[in-house]
Amino acid sequence: MSSGVPILKVDDYWVVAVEETLHDQSVIQFKEELLHNITGVAGKGLVIDISALEVVDSFVTRVLIEISKLAGLLGLPFVLTGIKPAVAITLTEMGLDLQGMATALNLQKGLEKLKNLARMEQR
Amino acid sequence: MNLKQTLPITSEYDIITARQAAREIARQIGFNTVDQVRIATAVSELTRNVVLYAGLGKVDIEVVTRGERQGIEITVSDQGPGIADIELALSDGYSTSNGLGAGLSGARRLMDTFFIESRVGQGTIVKVGKWKN
Repeated sequence: MSSGVPILKVDDYWVVAVEETLHDQSVIQFKEELLHNITGVAGKGLVIDISALEVVDSFVTRVLIEISKLAGLLGLPFVLTGIKPAVAITLTEMGLDLQGMATALNLQKGLEKLKNLARMEQR
Repeated sequence: MNLKQTLPITSEYDIITARQAAREIARQIGFNTVDQVRIATAVSELTRNVVLYAGLGKVDIEVVTRGERQGIEITVSDQGPGIADIELALSDGYSTSNGLGAGLSGARRLMDTFFIESRVGQGTIVKVGKWKN
């Protein structure tokens, strides 16, 4: 079974826009699919946009942290985008820590951030 | 407008149903967006605990009034294994399921009132509430 989350490649960057509320098994399935993709085909970076998520609880946070850590181990720059203000407040109040994850306002800004990073590394 | 709902928790799908129901009731009685998300997130954490540890349970969502004030009260109960050490279960980072250990403590922080009662071998009841400003 597939998670149904489209994992796209745009200009050598992996781009994922989580479109809807996923139940736990789909979240785990998505993580597996994503890891399969990013370890199989080289990319310059990964952006995950969660602007469609109204609720981000400790379970989803844990999976995002895991993806971030794995991307780090693979040397793949990662940016999380689209955290809604109410979600940001809730995560902070719960004491959940995104553990230094790079974030950006939206997908566009996230991609720009990754491209800037790539440019700096070329120098 | 149905201001009282009881929903069964039998699988992870019910986590989403429960938190959406709680959010919708919160919205209908005029909680702001941030409070709606706080309430939905707390429900998500508490109902996931039921799925993870007890398997089966239920959630009661109710609108409550105290004088002029209106609020929401959510009771999540199960007849699972219970919690031996509630203090420990409420501490940050403690988890027996390889999670972040933020479920119970997080739900408590997001809500105004928090009550928990648990008996080993009999089950757990968590009651949380939030009042409108």
